[in-house]
Amino acid sequence: MLNGMDRELVTQGAEGRLYATEWLGHSVIVKHRFSKQYRHPDLDIYITNERMKAEARALTRCRSYGIKTPAVYDVDFNKSEIVLEKFTDSVTIRNFIYETVKNKLTMDSPVMLNMAERIGKLLVKMHSNNIIHGDLTTSNMLLVPPYDLSDIILIDFGLSSVDERAEDKAVDLYVLERAILSTHPNTEHFVAHLLATYENTGGESARDVIKRLNEVRLRGRKKLCFG
Amino acid sequence: MVMVIGLEGSANKIGVGIIQDGKVLSNPRRTYITPPGQGFIPHDTAKHHQAHVLEVLQEALAEAGADPQDVDAIAFTKGPGMAAPLISVAVVARTISQLWNKPLIAVNHCIGHIEMGRLVTGAENPTVLYVSGGNTQIIAYLERKYRIFGETIDLAVGNCLDRFARILMLSNDPSPGYNIEQMAKKGKKYLPLPYCVKGMDVSFSGILSYLEERANKLLKTQQYTKADLCFSLQETVFAMLVETTERAMAHCGSQEVLICGGVGCNIRLQEMMGKMCEERGAKLYATDESFCIDNGAMIAQAGYLMYNSGLTTPLSDTWVTQRFRTDDVPVTWRE
Repeated sequence: MLNGMDRELVTQGAEGRLYATEWLGHSVIVKHRFSKQYRHPDLDIYITNERMKAEARALTRCRSYGIKTPAVYDVDFNKSEIVLEKFTDSVTIRNFIYETVKNKLTMDSPVMLNMAERIGKLLVKMHSNNIIHGDLTTSNMLLVPPYDLSDIILIDFGLSSVDERAEDKAVDLYVLERAILSTHPNTEHFVAHLLATYENTGGESARDVIKRLNEVRLRGRKKLCFG
Repeated sequence: MVMVIGLEGSANKIGVGIIQDGKVLSNPRRTYITPPGQGFIPHDTAKHHQAHVLEVLQEALAEAGADPQDVDAIAFTKGPGMAAPLISVAVVARTISQLWNKPLIAVNHCIGHIEMGRLVTGAENPTVLYVSGGNTQIIAYLERKYRIFGETIDLAVGNCLDRFARILMLSNDPSPGYNIEQMAKKGKKYLPLPYCVKGMDVSFSGILSYLEERANKLLKTQQYTKADLCFSLQETVFAMLVETTERAMAHCGSQEVLICGGVGCNIRLQEMMGKMCEERGAKLYATDESFCIDNGAMIAQAGYLMYNSGLTTPLSDTWVTQRFRTDDVPVTWRE
């Protein structure tokens, strides 16, 4: 219950449960970061509060730079709830891609490559303002009707941070690259196009990020695994 | 009836298992155990495997009541793993293949873990958390590949635990991870440690450095006991693993989790994963040490599936490799 209103469970994401309800006459999504019983209580409280702060800040920060995100209406640390603008009929890019591929459109079609370009440009804008999303996946990007012309709406900023270093931006892109390649088969060209757009429209600093991305890909024991 | 024998020796275990149509007929193994404070060095590990592989092989055949002529194919670990131990075992596989005149099947070690987990637990299409001394991956099956959704960007979680056990000079018998687990049960005081999750990826190197710098001082000043530190380390790294597994499940829309690999037999990890699953109405599948920890049957089982889908490996391609990604293997045996 929120403000005496009924609310309906929409989905359970990785970080919490999402409810649809009304809030002061607005259609809203309430994101409840419920206490995770598997975690040590100290760690749980720490993580929940850090993630809520990070999310509320980044969502607001993005909007101030013209990046479309849900408006933040309220943040309640006692209930671990954040009240967000609801986008009617929105779909995740993940599901949009699934549907499009099901309708026999390939990942190399103009509609898809245009989508890759729009994601690339959006990330340039976000990174040029030093916002690191921290969990870029096709599930964390929404489209509203008409879907092929829609602005991309970024959500789920719980792992976000503010950082100007090329390293953090490169890891942000690396996480996205891996998420796309593992979730959607035959997207090598799509990802390459997205990253090329990022590199070509983001100037000097974007070129540094891509250079760093090439190092991140080769790092550590990523390609070496035994046990 | 198809019978496959599997030979595994990619790390410090040498194991031979025999599988017949989904039934484990035998699965003996030996573990190379080093003194406290020391890890296992490839050269010495290979010598250990060379010294024991034939007795383990004979034991496997005897226990299964199988004659070499009953065997349809010989599976062995192609990689990933340590080079010298891998080579030692591959030589034995090639030799018996020619002596018995049976085909060889080169198996990816990680795929062996996944397929053994699926066989033992009956999990249909789980999100897999594969955690061991050399590996930390979150895997899901999609269109003929086991795809890696998340993984460690530096140390494997088991390696982080093993190396912490060396700082505390815990015994490596039966394994450093087991002794950390037992100690952690007595831990009470939680030390906040770096917590590093990047999307579905994790990083453990910061935690290890943090503890390497402070552990001895924290113990000397009696602020924390060894048990407290083991407890805090487990609580932190396992929370990271459960969180990223949950992220992968939410992203893939999955309602099943399978834990495999040596760290997977840790009861606390299973308990935490179980609670996460409960909170989202999902189901957890886990196995005990006999199948979580490296063994021959898992290689036999992956080999069995490959053999039944028409795959064998020509002798000229039976070389081994330290680097062999889970997502490099075309999964010909699943829809």
